[in-house]
Amino acid sequence: MLDRSEVIHIARLARLNLDEGEIERTAIELSGILDHVERISELDLEGIEPTAHAVATRGELRPDIEGASLSRDQALAEAPVTDGVGFIVPSPGA
Amino acid sequence: MTDWEAVIGLEIHVQLATQTKMFCSCSPVFGDEPNTHTCPVCLGLPGALPVANAQAVHLGLMIGLALGCSLASQSVFHRKNYFYADSPKGYQISQFDQPLCGPGNLAGVRIHRVHLEDDAAKLIHASESGRIAGADSSTVDFNRAGTPLAEIVTEPDLHSAAQAREWLALLRTTLRTLGVSDVSMDEGSLRCDANISLRRVGDQTLGTKTELKNMNSFRFVERGIEAEIIRQRELLDSGQTVTQETLHFDPRSGSLTTLRSKEEAHDYRYFPEPDLLPVEVTEAMIASARDALPELPIERAARYVSELQIDDVLAERLAGDAELAEFFDAVVEAADKSIEARVLATWVSDDAAGRAGEDGLLASKLEPAALAELVALVDDGSITTAAGRTVLDQLFEVGGSPTAIVSDQGLGKVDGGDELEAAVDAAIAAEPEAAEKVRAGEQKALGPLVGVVMKHTSGRADGGEVRKLLLERLGS
Amino acid sequence: MSNDPTALTAASSAALVESGDLDASDLFEAWRGRAELDTFGALSWIAEAGDSPEQVDGPLGGVPLAVKDLFCTEGVPSQSGSKILEGYKPPYTASVVAALAKSGAPLLCKTHQDEFAMGSSNENCAFGPVLNPWDKSRVPGGSSGGSAVAVAAGLAPWALGTDTGGSIRQPAALCGIVGLKPTYGSVSRYGMIAFASSLDQAGPLTQDVTDAALLFSQMTARDPRDATSVGHQESIHLPDRKDLTGVRLGVPEELSGEGIEPGVRATFEETLERARELGAEVVPCPLPHAPHALSAYYLIAPAECSSNLARFDGVRYGQRVDPGDGLDAMYSATRAAGFGPEVRRRIMLGTYALSSGYYDAYYGRAQRVRTLIQRDFDEAFANCDAIVTPTSPSVAFPLGSRTADPLSMYLSDFCTVPMSLAGIPAISIPNGMSEGLPTGFQIAGPAFAENSILGIAHALESSIQFDRSGARV
Repeated sequence: MLDRSEVIHIARLARLNLDEGEIERTAIELSGILDHVERISELDLEGIEPTAHAVATRGELRPDIEGASLSRDQALAEAPVTDGVGFIVPSPGA
Repeated sequence: MTDWEAVIGLEIHVQLATQTKMFCSCSPVFGDEPNTHTCPVCLGLPGALPVANAQAVHLGLMIGLALGCSLASQSVFHRKNYFYADSPKGYQISQFDQPLCGPGNLAGVRIHRVHLEDDAAKLIHASESGRIAGADSSTVDFNRAGTPLAEIVTEPDLHSAAQAREWLALLRTTLRTLGVSDVSMDEGSLRCDANISLRRVGDQTLGTKTELKNMNSFRFVERGIEAEIIRQRELLDSGQTVTQETLHFDPRSGSLTTLRSKEEAHDYRYFPEPDLLPVEVTEAMIASARDALPELPIERAARYVSELQIDDVLAERLAGDAELAEFFDAVVEAADKSIEARVLATWVSDDAAGRAGEDGLLASKLEPAALAELVALVDDGSITTAAGRTVLDQLFEVGGSPTAIVSDQGLGKVDGGDELEAAVDAAIAAEPEAAEKVRAGEQKALGPLVGVVMKHTSGRADGGEVRKLLLERLGS
Repeated sequence: MSNDPTALTAASSAALVESGDLDASDLFEAWRGRAELDTFGALSWIAEAGDSPEQVDGPLGGVPLAVKDLFCTEGVPSQSGSKILEGYKPPYTASVVAALAKSGAPLLCKTHQDEFAMGSSNENCAFGPVLNPWDKSRVPGGSSGGSAVAVAAGLAPWALGTDTGGSIRQPAALCGIVGLKPTYGSVSRYGMIAFASSLDQAGPLTQDVTDAALLFSQMTARDPRDATSVGHQESIHLPDRKDLTGVRLGVPEELSGEGIEPGVRATFEETLERARELGAEVVPCPLPHAPHALSAYYLIAPAECSSNLARFDGVRYGQRVDPGDGLDAMYSATRAAGFGPEVRRRIMLGTYALSSGYYDAYYGRAQRVRTLIQRDFDEAFANCDAIVTPTSPSVAFPLGSRTADPLSMYLSDFCTVPMSLAGIPAISIPNGMSEGLPTGFQIAGPAFAENSILGIAHALESSIQFDRSGARV
């Protein structure tokens, strides 16, 4: 069902490295799962609206009042790589 | 040679002037120390959840009303999934098929939709040019992350770079008048992308379009669009086809470079945001937005024409500049009803606006009431127009009252008496050739003579009187 | 009064503290001592000796709480069972944890779980599997396995877990304790490291039904930081129901017949008989679309999680692996190294279900199936007060017996997943033994009917008199 190129494509979208063995295994596993979940295609869903929220359906909005922010030190505390001012990342255009 | 028609649509992002960010209560300031306005929500920490800002919705509704849009009764937030260093959650919370506002119109350009979303963080690139290419690493500042944005999308109803610029300026003034945003392209609170394609004149179908992104000034918007139109025209004229892609315009070199081709186009995997319930737009919310609307530029221009008898072009010029219009309205308010509004308009538009300087009219030392007084003095003949301009210069310099300046500096009109006689004599002596021509019947030669008189009297002489006297003296 | 306060239920201890017969800090210390006895791999962090709070106010009487690792606890590791968050200390505390501490249940320890709450056996924990105290060669269930074991083995008086497709109820059943999944939206999710946003709910795992009611009563709130939280319409009271006169219990054939192990079936039937003896009417109650619930769940949950887990990118927190080849390479290496196989599998499945061209067929359809399942329950509750099923189709299974085939693991959720999709409350109580291992009985009610199902559970519990001492360490 799911072929190699599709698996590679999804892995790219999800930013997950897969080695050769994993690509193959994933194709088999996902195909098996999809085989099962595809049963829902048997149902007649004509005229049935999707449910995105199970219980409440209308939201409350937040008043536009300023609250406390983290200090910079707190914000950077868990950063893997930082210069004390910001979060350092490898350049996007590699 | 084929006649090509440019077809342009704009996508404008506007940062909304709220006290807090779109989905958290951090302050959305510009220019502060990096990473000093963040919280678990806008930093995308594990376990954090968004809650939508009521004021952002209110401002979004105001924009929709001002642009004549239909308003959703229920509006839904969607996740737009993509990975980038400026995206703390790995998705942006935006809107997909149920935006806050639907189709509308501004000055003949149809609006497709207006929706709300949260802004991305800022990348500071560690390279000399500050651009992505050539940098090994970037630093991310999350202060901006989560700032409320309204995205305004037009239909492809624009047909030239100049027209696009002009319309964008009108949109900016409209938004400025609404007070929903600072709309400063410099500071990034107004950003514009353009979609451009060409088609043969008379064709109904659209050609392949390209997207031009990140143009951060009005001039660059116009130049960028113009450059792309030329590029596409050259391609098509030489028999090639336009590739759908995203481009960046470099204003320094004038060149267009590819950011992203269609194959690399994002699959955003939109789905309804499960952490937010749909926004119910109630009658009360719409009424509240409507009540908050000030008079908009188009309405204002129409009012100037119909109520104040100002001509179309001048009305549009005034109404099209929020500051100018505000100042003008104050001048009209302060002025005596006997003075024609169009006279006031000309003074505001031609004389005051030009002297305003960088900080603008409203921040200058010139008070609207003072200008009204000045115009009254010219209008009733107390001073000449030229003298009036001298007074205006003073008002910009030191402020104060025109009447006081006139009396302090003796700028009252000279329309007779010894002073004028002496000046006329001096003029005839200074310009003998011109004087001869006038004696010979060439009234046109009066010009230089009048000029000398004006100089002698510091512009206070009445033009008509001067000509009369000169003609008498030169006996024609 | 017993010499060992850790032999008491939470409610009993709380009462003693309130009456002055028991000192709250002594109680805390006693439970710290019990937590140190963990030989099941259940706990990820235990409070230090000096961590006992100075003052304890509130109805929970200072009875300390075990908290599942995915609840953010300021300054204390909150890892959601994943290597990608190993050692991560959040700068804030989850709303529900803060609320419970304020009500008198201070933090005792953090418990291990399946990674990012994905799993039904606690074998997906990056820090090692959790073992069942009834039989250490078997799983405790998941994903709140650590929390269930903490209570079952007497390492903690009560625990907080989360339930997305059965992750409180199923481990409660496999460990012989009580577990409640509340109505969606009745408890704040702020500070819960997310798995599937429209399904995740925090809930109590406890020694008995009274403790569950007591803890839950202090959990409900409309939290302004969680836009999906609505709080609870009723105030939760301690149940005192002793019989079931006038109660109609509905049994759905789809969730109690085929696929249920004989031993589990047997205790289920016994419990139904007890219910009749207590005066209940037991009626068949079809849920025609329940057989499709698992499929819908395994599309909706992975889709939401694929998006929720995108923030784990090595930029702002957590592990980073940087091969030195630019940003995307860093993302892909970091996430591949930091996520375990089940998490990677679900991210891939979810990404696929949402991807261009597939949305309507998968995610879109699954949300419609959800509507049908909700309708099934609405119609069912017109005819009965509660729906009852076995909680899990089997007793605790051996470690490693289902890890080769992910689908076989997913199938063990088929009794609990429908209630999650519908957002309705459901409680599991231990109702007997099969092959020397506990079985669980699930009672589900309409939205916000927790008082009702707690009452029914209490009555049955009193009748069943389940002996859980076999698991206590």
